[in-house]
Amino acid sequence: MSKDLPSQNKNGVSIVLCGQAGMGIQTVEHLLTKIFKLAGYNVFSTKEYMSRIRGGTNSTEIRISAYPVRAFLDRIDILVPLNKGAVQHVGKRVSSETIILAEKENLGDDFDHHRCNCIDVPFTRIAAEIGDKVYSNTVAVGAITGLFAIEREMIDGCIRQFFAAKADEVTKKNIQAAGAGHKIGTDLANSQKLRLDISSDSAVQNQILLRGAEAVALGAIAGGCNFISAYPMSPATSVLVFLAKHAEDFGIIAEQAEDEIAAMNMAVGAWYAGARAMVSTSGGGFALMTEGLSLAAMLETPIVIHLGQRPGPATGLPTRTEQADLELALYAGHGEFPRIILAPGKLEDAFYLTARAFNLADKYQVPVFILTDQYFLDSYYNIVPFDLSDVQVKKHLIETRKDYKRYELTADGISPRGIPGFGKGLVVVDSDEHDTQGHITEDLDIRTKMVDKRLKKAESIADDIIPPELVGPDDYKTLIVCWGSTYNVVTEAVKNLARSDVSFLHFRQVYPLHGKTADYLRSSEKIIIVENNATSQFAKLIKLHTGIDIDNKILKYNGLSFTVEELTESLSKVLD
Amino acid sequence: MDTQVFDMGDVDIAWCPGCGNFPILRILKQALTEVQIEPTNLVLVSGIGQAAKIPHYFRTNVFNGLHGRALPPATAIKAANPALTVIAQSGDGDMYGEGGNHFLHTIRRNPDITNIVHNNMVYGLTKGQASPTSQIGFKTPVQVNGVFLEPFNPLAVAVALDAGFVARAFAGHVEQTKDILKKAITYKGYALVDIFQPCVSFNKLNTHQWFEENCYYLEDSHDPSDRNRAFRKAIETGKLPLGIFYINSKKHSFEENIGTFKKDERPLYERELNTERLHALIEKFKTAG
Repeated sequence: MSKDLPSQNKNGVSIVLCGQAGMGIQTVEHLLTKIFKLAGYNVFSTKEYMSRIRGGTNSTEIRISAYPVRAFLDRIDILVPLNKGAVQHVGKRVSSETIILAEKENLGDDFDHHRCNCIDVPFTRIAAEIGDKVYSNTVAVGAITGLFAIEREMIDGCIRQFFAAKADEVTKKNIQAAGAGHKIGTDLANSQKLRLDISSDSAVQNQILLRGAEAVALGAIAGGCNFISAYPMSPATSVLVFLAKHAEDFGIIAEQAEDEIAAMNMAVGAWYAGARAMVSTSGGGFALMTEGLSLAAMLETPIVIHLGQRPGPATGLPTRTEQADLELALYAGHGEFPRIILAPGKLEDAFYLTARAFNLADKYQVPVFILTDQYFLDSYYNIVPFDLSDVQVKKHLIETRKDYKRYELTADGISPRGIPGFGKGLVVVDSDEHDTQGHITEDLDIRTKMVDKRLKKAESIADDIIPPELVGPDDYKTLIVCWGSTYNVVTEAVKNLARSDVSFLHFRQVYPLHGKTADYLRSSEKIIIVENNATSQFAKLIKLHTGIDIDNKILKYNGLSFTVEELTESLSKVLD
Repeated sequence: MDTQVFDMGDVDIAWCPGCGNFPILRILKQALTEVQIEPTNLVLVSGIGQAAKIPHYFRTNVFNGLHGRALPPATAIKAANPALTVIAQSGDGDMYGEGGNHFLHTIRRNPDITNIVHNNMVYGLTKGQASPTSQIGFKTPVQVNGVFLEPFNPLAVAVALDAGFVARAFAGHVEQTKDILKKAITYKGYALVDIFQPCVSFNKLNTHQWFEENCYYLEDSHDPSDRNRAFRKAIETGKLPLGIFYINSKKHSFEENIGTFKKDERPLYERELNTERLHALIEKFKTAG
């Protein structure tokens, strides 16, 4: 059997690892992505997993390419199933072109069933010979990297780094396991059973490899975040974990609250006292925060909310993805008040937008959302390192004078923000309607003035709206509209279409909408909305603000992100 | 210092004549004056209810937040700027009912704040329903056959959670209450002061007279470092003890434990981002991540 795997003129190689939770797929993913990136390949990885600690079936896709690839692909070129049932789990994605590197004993009937594509690699037996079955994953890492003729030195270096905290013996055995696997991979490549033809790019070596959650957390640090209070909830926990890990280095207070209500109220209190605080949660947790969101609005205390979406209602699919909490973010909180909602599409967005969120929240004294989702937070790829000269912590605090009034009426509705203990004044804030001093009032004329003042801030906020990004020709006939995490998959699908009359418009600020939105839509003969939800929430928002209906909807809400192929196909159908 | 520094002057006070909140307002001003806390250095945090309006009659920094939610922002305010004196103050419904979970976990967290709870065993602002501390048999328009839920015992809960400072006072006793408050404010860590007070409008059972007759002060021989004894005193029925039940002088406060201020005493607002360190952290993603 001889197979030519897709080379760089397509879109690289797609490797899928599949097995039970607790089998170490994440370790394999971590090592492989690092090794490939260091070897100068463009890497993308994404995972889908069940809400359990052991068992079940999870899979991770790793794409290796000569060019940047950043989206979930249906096609599997190399499948590494680690247990019985794994092949079935990825079922429809296995084609006659898929090579399965598997252990015959582990796969049982599945092996015979897919015989023509299976290459028996005795991962476990080799691992056992080295000393423990536990090393079988590292044998797989070695085999896969061997196929790409990656040098042993690079692999061993990554293994050393990964197992640095473990005993020397563990590192030694893992290096031995990788070596044994590497030999199998190399032999396979040499035997012409598998031919991989992907060139590497030394520029990639100087890039950074990270995932959405890390980009959000790094952006928060860059925005001057020094306080995070959160209650663990997938998929948003990883932002709390990252900031807690680096808390000491950056003087961050990272507190796990007793519930999301406390988390939100803490963050509001922290801003009141001069911190730059954020919360990180998912839909259900955010539902508990909405009371505190309304508090922030009334106190005109800045707040940054990272809302990592997952499918609902209620507990929904805890470890899956969806873009169905846009309307929640948009309408959450009782009463009327301005807010800003940012939705990163790329890792760069996650970093720069999160940093910007802190400045915007501080400048306008309003809630600012970073709306991500599980797919975005858990997907890795390589990018050019963030440029810190593009970010700046802009504090909007004043030293108070003796006669300071927290809610002094101003032309733009923004009252200079003082904090207790900085200056000679007193800072009074109240969740009740309040006078300019901040004290409780039931004077209904003051009430009207205060509502007007709070809403007036929207006019200044409008000057700071990030315009949508148009990708493709200006004289498009068809315009695809998308927001947030679908940026990369839409990019690749549109590229596949290879049409000169199709462009896409991506919104990384979804509220308030940019004034040019309607112009972009009106210039198109056909508009298609792409959303990872069931009711096209963004299309509804567009309709509300522009009066324009978007009739062509491509929606997905089974808990997974769009794949490149399915989106390409869906778009083709609408275009024909 | 003079207590007048805390006076608001001519303000319209929303309390009923004869309300137990009036003496607490006066006593707290006196206590703060005697321990020399400047209005600019103090933050009064409250929730919602009649007791929670107290910061509006106080010339100082105020965070009047949501019902039941005074403790989380109070914790965060102290953590963001430990130089501030922070008092979280509200009624029994606010702190023990709506905010019950925060009450438990704030004790565990042990921020250096004082938690004053006006305990009149009834909901005043919503006109007379039972509160978590209402006594068995107390009839209200909602609890029409009388309360049958076991009253919440804040002191026993606080001692059980090894709270740093646990005390109970009575609003009718100025000197004793002031003394307890001064000790609570200067205690380094979480200090609970539950203050009995009559509600003249909605609690005809637990009146000023009732508290006078049904309370007594802990004996001079009471050792507040003895947690078992403090617990026994906290669960006493019949006559209710007043005074300082328990002090744990060995605890570290939340602000000490988080470590943020170990090497750098500056409050968060005075600090700047360490850009070099962030740059180095980003660089790490080239190899390790």
